[in-house]
Amino acid sequence: MPSEAMEIANRLERCDSGVIANAKGHRSSSAIALREPSRLFWCISDLTVSYGEAIALSSVSIDITQGSVTAIIGPSGCGKSSFLCCLNRLTDFIPGCCVSGRILMGPQDILGNGIDDTQLRRKVGLIFQKPNPFPLSIKRNLELPLREHGLHDQHQIDAIIEDTLRAAGLWKEVKDRLKKPAHQLSGGQQQRLCIARALALKPDALLMDEPCSALDPIAAGAIEELVLSLRERYTIVIVTHNLRQARRLGTDVAFFWMQDGAGTLIESGPASQIFDAPRQDLTKMYLQGVLA
Amino acid sequence: MQIDLIAVESRRRDPWAAILWVVSLAAISVFFCVLADIVWRGAGQISWSFIVEAPRNAGRAGGIGSIVVSTVLILLVCLATALPLAVGAALFLVEVVSPVHPVSRFVRVSLDTLAAVPSVVFGLFGNAFFCVVLGLGFSILSGGLTLACMILPLLIRTTESSIRSVPQRYRYAAAALGFTKGRTMVRVILPLASPGILVGTLLGLGRAIAETVVLVFTSGYVDRMPSSLLDSGRSLSIHIFDLSMNVPGGEPAAYGTAVMLVCVLLVINGVVLCLAKLWKSRTGLNVATAA
Repeated sequence: MPSEAMEIANRLERCDSGVIANAKGHRSSSAIALREPSRLFWCISDLTVSYGEAIALSSVSIDITQGSVTAIIGPSGCGKSSFLCCLNRLTDFIPGCCVSGRILMGPQDILGNGIDDTQLRRKVGLIFQKPNPFPLSIKRNLELPLREHGLHDQHQIDAIIEDTLRAAGLWKEVKDRLKKPAHQLSGGQQQRLCIARALALKPDALLMDEPCSALDPIAAGAIEELVLSLRERYTIVIVTHNLRQARRLGTDVAFFWMQDGAGTLIESGPASQIFDAPRQDLTKMYLQGVLA
Repeated sequence: MQIDLIAVESRRRDPWAAILWVVSLAAISVFFCVLADIVWRGAGQISWSFIVEAPRNAGRAGGIGSIVVSTVLILLVCLATALPLAVGAALFLVEVVSPVHPVSRFVRVSLDTLAAVPSVVFGLFGNAFFCVVLGLGFSILSGGLTLACMILPLLIRTTESSIRSVPQRYRYAAAALGFTKGRTMVRVILPLASPGILVGTLLGLGRAIAETVVLVFTSGYVDRMPSSLLDSGRSLSIHIFDLSMNVPGGEPAAYGTAVMLVCVLLVINGVVLCLAKLWKSRTGLNVATAA
């Protein structure tokens, strides 16, 4: 089909080498400001995920723009988290998980061979549903990944710790007790610590798997504010069950649904279009609460 | 609350409950009788000179200085061999193969069988292999290595359970931060499991220090101060055995040595419980203290 070939060629053109150039060193802050909003960060085609015999996600194709916040909505079990885990190849760690298709990040297919998956995960941070700081001190939680990635200068480490805790809105709350165990923090603080821990590695993108669902409304509000403050500097993909949250945070929205026993992408596009004028009836019904 | 009171009331009237009380008290009383007997007859022997002096007159007089040194050396050889093997095997069982993999099952069954082997068999094996085949003779090295074989199943099991008790979410957290699998083991899993591993090690140590028959076959009877690991050395437990069975008039010294041995074991158990509690309060993780 020539029209399809044309479309793929167009998508590939937009998904240029801008991202991979960042792979080798630390990004300068001017590079962040210079990002064109229309540039593609991920160009995903025909992504299928299966666990043994069961297909969790079937032929998903979607483009994710650099600096956007893509909210992924849909009922439980429709493959939203599996989709997220493909984007930093955490699926490699799930026994029996098989991923096929193509995820272009810059010119590279991250599902292909020869990809440095630890570098990929450093550039694409993942925040889990339940906060999971290591049972160490607050400081050690941030120090550990930095040292792991080759930073040993204590002054630099301390500076990054302060910067990222400030960016996560946690500095004022914890600056006097950095040596205290992280699990003594409240749930919301722990989640912000996890976001700070991901930010410390200077990622390009953040994946968030229902980051507020285990938190009370006030703590969830703090996380939402944090996500809003990170918008445009990072490409963010956030899975959420909360439609209002999707509307508040998302610049783009993707709606997943279960069809024939497998999760699939029904519709995606700018948030305003999906919420105000969805093309698919299924999307309309889900957003109206007729379908659940 | 009401329901709780009723439950307690009915439990009190239950004749079975009374029987179970008596049975459990009887079980505990055995421990206290043994302890009381040893302390009653042996506590008078304990003094600084008893601990540091060399035994004289076949152990009837003098102290247990050389015996303590030999025991410590045997235990050090045992731990230095068994601990790295146990940690490696446990990491393999938890992090490398899935629990249903045939290799994993084979290793588990082998370990369970090994754990059920009587210590006299270990003693004979140690004598045949370490003393004769490897030519180490009756020595501290032979004794320690044989003890290592003996406590290996226990050590692997406790290490495995403490590695397994590190919640999966930390493995995912580390992976999402770009740690490789190997680095996750070294930087995250082992540090988090280390208190559990320490507890397992202390339990293994407790078993090793109390062992007699294995050492009769491998490290020998000599009660001189050892000058190298290839010297024969007498452990505390063998000293007790020898004084009470082969040396007329050796009972007081045997009881004194027994008090020392029991004290060490009680201290080990106390440290295990304290460590488990401390770890729980600091991290919220449970440490498997039961082997």
